Amino acid sequence: MVQAFVLVVNRDPAMMQIIWLSLQVSGLAILLAALGGIPLGTWLGMRPAHRVRWPALIIYTFMGLPPVLVGLLVYLLISSQGPFGVLDLLFTPAAMVIAQTMLALPIVAGLTMTAVRGKDREIRDTAVSLGANGRQVALTVIREARVAIVGAVVAGLGRALAEVGAVMMVGGNIEGQTRVMTTAIVLETRRGNFEMAIGLGMVLLALAFLINALLYRLQGVTQD
Amino acid sequence: MLEGVTKTYGTREVLRVDRLSLTGGQVHGVMGPSGAGKSTLLRLLNMLETPTAGRILYRGRDVNRHRPRLELQRRMATVFQKPVLFDGTVYDNVAYGLRVRGVRGPEIRKKVTDTLRAVGLEQLEKERVRTLSGGEAQRVALARALVLEPDVLLLDEPTSNLDPQNVALFEELIRSASSRRGTTVILVTHNVFQARRLADTVVFVHEGRVVEDGPAAGVFRSPRDERTKAFIHGEMIY
Ligand SMILES: Nc1ncnc2c1ncn2[C@@H]1O[C@H](COP(=O)(O)OP(=O)(O)OP(=O)(O)O)[C@@H](O)[C@H]1O
Ligand SMILES: [Mg+2]
Repeated sequence: MVQAFVLVVNRDPAMMQIIWLSLQVSGLAILLAALGGIPLGTWLGMRPAHRVRWPALIIYTFMGLPPVLVGLLVYLLISSQGPFGVLDLLFTPAAMVIAQTMLALPIVAGLTMTAVRGKDREIRDTAVSLGANGRQVALTVIREARVAIVGAVVAGLGRALAEVGAVMMVGGNIEGQTRVMTTAIVLETRRGNFEMAIGLGMVLLALAFLINALLYRLQGVTQD
Repeated sequence: MLEGVTKTYGTREVLRVDRLSLTGGQVHGVMGPSGAGKSTLLRLLNMLETPTAGRILYRGRDVNRHRPRLELQRRMATVFQKPVLFDGTVYDNVAYGLRVRGVRGPEIRKKVTDTLRAVGLEQLEKERVRTLSGGEAQRVALARALVLEPDVLLLDEPTSNLDPQNVALFEELIRSASSRRGTTVILVTHNVFQARRLADTVVFVHEGRVVEDGPAAGVFRSPRDERTKAFIHGEMIY
C-alpha cells in the first residue's frame, strides 16, 4: 500500500505513460460519443415516442450491452479478415477508441433522449412561436437540457474509463502501446505486482471522484 | 379567415369552425368556457398544429402551404397560457426572437431596453428568470412577443397573473400596438370587462364550436345565442 502510494507520488514513468494513454483514449472516445450521441439523442427525444420506438429500444439494449460483446464486434470488423481489415487497426489505440466510443455513445444518446423528452414540447413550441428555425429550436432544447446532457456525457466517460474487456480484446494490452489503467490492473494483479495495481486503482478512484465532483458543481451552479 | 377547419385529437373532435373571419388590424376577443377549444384555436392560427381538415387563410393564402413556412411564422408572436421562459436572464428571453432573426447587436439592445421599459421591467433586466414572480414572468413573456413587432399577436389569457395596475398597462400596450402599428390581436380572455374594453369583435367558442361572433358592442348588448348570454351574465356575476 505504501509502495503503491510511492509509485503514484514519484510519478513512475511507466505508470504515467499508462495513465496518459488511458486519458487520451477515453477522452477522444467520449468526445466522439458526445458529438454523435448528443445530436442523435436530441433528434430522437424531439420525435414522438411511438415513432422512434425501435431506435430507442436498440439504444437501450446497447446501453446495457456487455463490453466484451462490443469488443468481439469491433474485433471482427477490424481484424485482418474483417471489412475494415486493410486499415490495420487491430491492437492499436485507435481500435480502443472505436470500442470505447461504441460503448459510450449509446449511454450519451440514451440519457440525452430521456433528458430532452418531456420538456421538449413546451420549449419547442415557445421557440417556434418566437421564430426559431429547426436548427435554432434544437439548440434551444439542448441548452435547456444541458445539465442532464452533461450528466449523460459524464456517465459515458465513466463507462469508457472503467471498461476492461473490450479494450483488452481489440487493444491487446501491449506494454507501452495499448496498455491502459484497467488492463494494467488486471495484468499486474495476476502477476502479483500489487503496488502497481493498487497505485493505478487509486488514480482511477481519484479520477472518478474528480469527474463526479465536477458534475456536482456544474449541476449546483445551474440549479441554485 | 378559417374555412371548414376541424381539429381532432385521437378520435375526439375538439374544434369545428365552419367559417370565421378575423379582420386584419383589429383586436379580436375569444371567449368561452374552460375546455371549449380556445387554446386549440390559437395553436392552429400560429401553425403549431395543422388542421385535421379545412384551411386557414392569411391574406388569401393557405398558411399550411405557405413556403417558406418560417417567413410566415416570423410575422406572428404568441404568449401562451402557461408561458415558458428559457433559462437565463430576463434580457436573454426578450432578445431571443430578435437573435434567431439575426438582428444586429446594437439594434437588439435598443429594442429590448425599450420594450422592457414599456412593460415596467427595466430594473429586472439582468435578473435570472427563475427568481421572478408569476406576474413578472408573464410580463417577460409579453415583452418577448411585443419586441418582435409582429403583424399578428396571439395572446392566451395573458393577464391571468397580473395585478390591476399591470392589467391596465397591458391593455394600453395592446391598444397602442393595434392602433399605431396595425397589429392584428387575437386575445383569449375570460374577463368580459377586458373584452369589452379591448375587443373590436368577439368570438364565442363553446364545446369546440363558434356559437357567436361579431362586433363586440353588438354581441355584448344583445347576444343572440343562449350560451353566450349565460356566459356573459355568469362572468359578470362572479
Ligand atoms: N394535445 C392534445 N391532445 C388531446 N386532447 C387535447 C390536446 N390539447 C387539447 N385537448 C383537448 O381539447 C379540448 C380543448 O382544449 P383547449 O386547451 O383548446 O381549451 P380552452 O378553451 O383553451 O380551455 P381553458 O379555458 O381551460 O384554457 C380540451 O378538452 C382538451 O382536453
Ligand atoms: Mg386554454
